[in-house]
Amino acid sequence: MSVLAHVFEAAGIATIVLSSVREMAVKVAPPRALHCEFPLGRPLGRPLDPEFQHDVLARAFALLNETSGPVLADHPEVIEADDQPVSCNLPPRFDPSLPPSVDEARGLRKAYDRALVKRGVTSVGRVMSADEVPNALGMLHAIANGQDWTTAGLPGGNTIAVCHDIRTYYEEAALELVDGPLPGGRAMEDWFFDRTEAGATVLAARAAIRDSGGKFPIWFYMTPGQR
Amino acid sequence: MNGDQMMRAHSATLPAPEFTNPAWVTPVELAKATVAIVTSAALHASDDEGFTAGDTGYRLIDSNRRDLVLGHWSPNFDHTGVKMDLNVVYPIDRLEELAQRGVIGAVAPRHVSFAGNQPDDVATIRLDTGPAAAAALRQDGVDIVILTPV
Repeated sequence: MSVLAHVFEAAGIATIVLSSVREMAVKVAPPRALHCEFPLGRPLGRPLDPEFQHDVLARAFALLNETSGPVLADHPEVIEADDQPVSCNLPPRFDPSLPPSVDEARGLRKAYDRALVKRGVTSVGRVMSADEVPNALGMLHAIANGQDWTTAGLPGGNTIAVCHDIRTYYEEAALELVDGPLPGGRAMEDWFFDRTEAGATVLAARAAIRDSGGKFPIWFYMTPGQR
Repeated sequence: MNGDQMMRAHSATLPAPEFTNPAWVTPVELAKATVAIVTSAALHASDDEGFTAGDTGYRLIDSNRRDLVLGHWSPNFDHTGVKMDLNVVYPIDRLEELAQRGVIGAVAPRHVSFAGNQPDDVATIRLDTGPAAAAALRQDGVDIVILTPV
């Protein structure tokens, strides 16, 4: 973003960056930056909080009053990413003949469909539709249990895209099932990887691909790096 | 160290290009300015082309679109905030409100989306796609952009 600020400023457009990594804003020194120590992926800080979002924008636009730069200011509030998994009920086991994650994904379908109706758009679809998510989890289950990932039939043959679609399906469904406050920055990720059968299956398949000599990018980016 | 702290620590070590003699624009008065959003969230309209891994291109988003797909390839940040509220990444409704209140002059007719995970040298967005996107916004009469990182 800081690089793009220089590019747009050079084209004659005044810029303000909402910085998320302060060290990078210092190094690249865009003309005007407001550093926001908010959860990554939430540069305006708080979803569904127009007042807070307006406060961020007002502080950002105030930097336009400076007569020379680079200007780097800090938003006074720090919002930490929530490390506690979100509270979200999972469907009970329905068909014991299926791998647990396949059964679970099928059970979440109605919640996913409700989310789709409500939002009118889904980010599932890099390499497969929601219909294909349970089967893809079946393939990852097989990989975790020894099948060669290159012959497992993964949609698009792309481990990363498959995992994005699975996680997105779960997160969009879960937003319909969450009990209590809105999930914080890492709460849904923690729920997916620490609480769901799908998360466990993705982690197990990732470990199996790594241990069988799969190239680093093939398995590493199937999950967040710290996992 | 939680995931965000790890990612921030890692990002702080990435190479950064130097800009000698950086440009500085004296902005027009905010109340008369046309304002656009430039995001690196890889958002795109649902009927537009998705982002590929390592995509150095950009997508233009019409100001009236809210059916946006998150096409970012990094698994290392929260993906749910934007699904609860588009404005936490792409503050389009907030800009509309500011225009109605007369705080800004107008909301731009189009906005720009890049993917945040760029090659380390960022050569293409510096020399090719970045200037092209800026030119498109200039054609729309944009005076000020607010850049939101993901």
